[in-house]
Amino acid sequence: MNVSEAFEILFTASFWVAAIRIASPLIFATMGELICERAGVLNLGIEGIMVAGAFSGWFTVYMGGDLWTGVFVAALTGAMFGLLHGFLTVPLGLSQHVTGIGITLLAASLTYFTYRILLPEVSSPPKIEPFQPFAVPLLSDIPVIGPALFNQTPLTYLAYFTVAAVAFIFYRTPVGVAVRAVGENPAAVEAQGISVTAVRIGAVMAGSALMAVGGAFLTMSAFNSFFFEMINGRGWIAIALVVFGSWRPGKALIGAILFAAFDAYQVRLQQITGGVIPYQIFLMMPFVLSIVALVVVARRATYPKALMVPYQKGER
Amino acid sequence: MNAAQGSEAETVLRLSGITKRFGTLVANDAISLSLKRGEVVALLGENGAGKTTLMNILFGHYTADEGEIEVFGKPLPAGDPNAALGAGIGMVHQHFTLADQMTVLENIVLGTQSLWSLNLGKSRARAKIRQLATDYGLEVDPDRMITELSVGERQRVEILKALYREARILILDEPTAVLTPMETEALFATLQKLVAAGLSVIFISHKLGEVQSVSDRVVVLRGGKLAGERMTSEATRRELAELMVGGQLPVNEIGPSTPRDVLFELRSVSTPSMGGAALRQISMQLRGGEITGLAGISGNGQAALAALIAGTLEAREGEIVVHGAPAGRWSPRAALDRGLGRIPEDRHATGMIGDMSVAENVISEAYRSPRFSRFGFLDWKAAAAFADDIIKAYDVKCPSADARVRLLSGGNMQKLILGRALDGDPDIILASQPTRGLDVGAVAYVHARLIEARDRGAAVLLISEDLDEIQTLSDRILVIHRGRLSKPSLRGERSVMELGELMAGHGVEEGADHAA
Amino acid sequence: MRLEPRPSSSGAAKILWPAGAILATVVFSSVLVMIAGASPFTVFWLVIKGAAGSQFALLETLTRATPLIFTGLAVAVAFRAKLWNIGAEAQLYLGAVMTVVIGTGAVTLPSAGLIPLIMIAAMLTGALTLLGPAILKTKFGVDEVVTTLLLNFIVLLFVSMLLEGPLKDPMGMGWPQSKRVIADAQLPRLIKGKRLHFGFILAIASAIVVWVIMKKTTLGYEMRAVGHNAEAARFAGIPVNRVIAKTALLSGGLAALAGFSEVAGLKGNLTLDLSPGYGYTGIVVAMLAMLNPLGVIAAAIFVAGIFVGADAMSRSANVPSYIAEVMVATSLLTMVAAIMLMRYRVRWR
Repeated sequence: MNVSEAFEILFTASFWVAAIRIASPLIFATMGELICERAGVLNLGIEGIMVAGAFSGWFTVYMGGDLWTGVFVAALTGAMFGLLHGFLTVPLGLSQHVTGIGITLLAASLTYFTYRILLPEVSSPPKIEPFQPFAVPLLSDIPVIGPALFNQTPLTYLAYFTVAAVAFIFYRTPVGVAVRAVGENPAAVEAQGISVTAVRIGAVMAGSALMAVGGAFLTMSAFNSFFFEMINGRGWIAIALVVFGSWRPGKALIGAILFAAFDAYQVRLQQITGGVIPYQIFLMMPFVLSIVALVVVARRATYPKALMVPYQKGER
Repeated sequence: MNAAQGSEAETVLRLSGITKRFGTLVANDAISLSLKRGEVVALLGENGAGKTTLMNILFGHYTADEGEIEVFGKPLPAGDPNAALGAGIGMVHQHFTLADQMTVLENIVLGTQSLWSLNLGKSRARAKIRQLATDYGLEVDPDRMITELSVGERQRVEILKALYREARILILDEPTAVLTPMETEALFATLQKLVAAGLSVIFISHKLGEVQSVSDRVVVLRGGKLAGERMTSEATRRELAELMVGGQLPVNEIGPSTPRDVLFELRSVSTPSMGGAALRQISMQLRGGEITGLAGISGNGQAALAALIAGTLEAREGEIVVHGAPAGRWSPRAALDRGLGRIPEDRHATGMIGDMSVAENVISEAYRSPRFSRFGFLDWKAAAAFADDIIKAYDVKCPSADARVRLLSGGNMQKLILGRALDGDPDIILASQPTRGLDVGAVAYVHARLIEARDRGAAVLLISEDLDEIQTLSDRILVIHRGRLSKPSLRGERSVMELGELMAGHGVEEGADHAA
Repeated sequence: MRLEPRPSSSGAAKILWPAGAILATVVFSSVLVMIAGASPFTVFWLVIKGAAGSQFALLETLTRATPLIFTGLAVAVAFRAKLWNIGAEAQLYLGAVMTVVIGTGAVTLPSAGLIPLIMIAAMLTGALTLLGPAILKTKFGVDEVVTTLLLNFIVLLFVSMLLEGPLKDPMGMGWPQSKRVIADAQLPRLIKGKRLHFGFILAIASAIVVWVIMKKTTLGYEMRAVGHNAEAARFAGIPVNRVIAKTALLSGGLAALAGFSEVAGLKGNLTLDLSPGYGYTGIVVAMLAMLNPLGVIAAAIFVAGIFVGADAMSRSANVPSYIAEVMVATSLLTMVAAIMLMRYRVRWR
């Protein structure tokens, strides 16, 4: 292995293109989880919701739907699971951990069941025509950064937009203030005449919709087909990224990109080292990195005060 | 303060025949109440009399089982906080309803505009807040985070929240409980300005003195029923007290103290923060046969001090000395082994495990002793017997030792904690807010037990935000401000106003260095 | 709406609510079955027959229940102390790895010595696997849900690495699988010629031991106290961090026994498909049992029956066997809701 070769990777456009592509689904998923958690609801349904989104978006397109219709259907699917998670954890106040795991198991198994029913005969999953890269004029001509950031598919641009929109909504609009307040002190929201239940369920639905779009990115932009196990822990990594980003959209975005860069880098490093180190070591690294990142930030993290605390009306 | 404006003043609020039941408990029993324009009505009653429930119904947090509410002549739809807010009712809750990691402005504008607007309208809101603040003496910077504010400032934000929505009726639930005497004066001045501007105020309290100084009319609740109604100017203190408790106020006889040796000592101890202020190099001594009272405004380091002594917060520096010997590594276990009895501030969060039984709770400090376990196996019979002893000795009302603690009332829970803490006659007792939220009978009971412990020679530290309680019980008084202690004073040595000055921080710094 | 605690749940409510949960699950899966174009009655009859309709079916269900009892206990123990161990899968696999490391000939002892040795070693491995996240939780405040979840992926990759490297069976024709454990390391079959093995007895015994620990010992008391209210437990002098560590050791050890018993009792060697998600299904089992160790036995047999029955059913009816996973997930959600409604009354407004 050549050290300078390993270093030079960092300056190639193709590396950064890959990094941003890997980051995109994580950005959607992380923003989705962030919205839920800022509203005080941990959503461990994320992994399963991403599976459901990946399938429903892809299948819509496979059945002849428009790509954007596919994205919409994925978001809708996610929102429905979000509604279920919200209903069980907010007014009923069930354990967010257990319910979330249940949602993941349910969403994934329902997806696989549906897949088997809708496509009973296929041995290998059929392909669709996915989103194509679109070079943003001028911006994509900047060296290295240009193609990396601005020669991506429209879904990646939607991911950027999502971060900006979440940040704007959180800090500049009444609904964002309400969501943040409900995750800090639900009584403050109730006292001002806003329904805690409605805000929390709404936030969980919106967040879950984003998670599902994150899943759909994989089948409709990064790849062109649906495979079992294709989410492969990305949802759990998004949960780690929310903590790493201290529940702030901007920091979480940086976290997602750093993480994806690392992931893209390990793939290339794997190629250079040529099998001396078992490939599993490289595949482990993203998960190990997530744990390390959590350890580093956990002590300093200021998490939403009412996270995982169910709220009962009139209770103070 | 403001003379009631007679019968010609418009009635702004009318509650008629409000009844609310929780299971078998009747929290409000056919209560009727009216409020006129520009009037301050005090709602007087002890803890558990149904005041807060009544106001929660008015505010739409609860729905009444029977009865009607009329605001400015129009019926108020039940169970809808929005309707109450829209009708011009503003409420300042006893426990503030503020989101801490957000700014004053964000807290105030929350819910005042359409959720789907794309603009928070910060500059207009800021100007309006500033205007209200100057008009009514409620200065606070709109752009500061709530975490940075003192308790008094937070209360101002709560009042501003109501005024920002143009509330015409303001309900204040035990507003003085967290204030210094001076801040209380300032609050009363603000109320005067509000009433002058035509607002009406309901002032909820269980303190006779302030009710008399602030209200035009007093409505007294007892046991969920309307016990009586008087014009403030025509009622005597004694009469109000009897209406409130339904007879004589129970009074504990407290004789002169006979101070003995110093049993417990802190030597220039500093701690990290526990939400409120951190302790900064404080020293104190607790003598046997004395109750030492610690006065102060909430958030000035009481929590840290209580946690330090209880063993749940580690000191950064300094020394804990028990019976004249340095205590070494301090922990809840160490505290128990050295014979401390501890009553925590928060019964529900720290004192008891709500989902476990009475028996399981009372053994929680001693389950490893041979009395309750052998070779790692618990003796449930011994535990149940101990629970029955406490239930009998402390007159705890509960179905059995197997009952879940969550189902007990606050007073009965506190008696269990007392029973557990005082088992084995500890000679050092930490009592942190031991009577908060209890009714008069339970308060008297807790006080009697603390006095009893003092009289048998125990050193008692009483931490309370209720200055009356501190003054009644303490043989020696310390005041805490921003994590530092004042010089101690003996019973009766300092007046309320002097103590209030100390609570506001005047003179504590200087005293700290040579505190006893 | 609001929830009000019921002073006590009547005996009828304790049966009716869980029964309602099961009914809701059946109704929901019936809809899915109809969408798949089959008759629910036929399908459920086939599932029941496939799970309990013959001696073979019944023994197969109990065989499948064995690892689920272990992982169910692991989860029940951990959740009691509010240690959210979602990583039973990882602990299971590392228990299996240890079984293979010792049991394939590295140590030769008579059965009576070798099997306990492997068992203890496997338990220790699983225990230490969960101790890591538990320490990160208590010392650094890192949420154990995320760390245990991530560890599942890391461990599976690690096992894959071992199976392609040091643990690879040279006679395995290139498949990533380990050598078979030696005869002395194998758990005996309970009935000659059938698959049900001694691991099942071990699982039942473990459930009883765990029940005794939870009900009768100071450790069980400490675990429950920490789980219900860690702050109050700490105030009372219960060493919370140490209790969490002990819980982690116990929980991880139990999960590892699932891996041990699958390898030593059933499969004979370690492959990457040793567990079809027993670690995650253990969560369902534990919740269905309301975290009661003895209830775990029944819940595990019930869940195993669904899986075994659905496998048999999907061979004859045209309904994908994924219906079993859907039913298990649905029953988890309906059951936690039912438990809540059993303890609280819903009041509208």
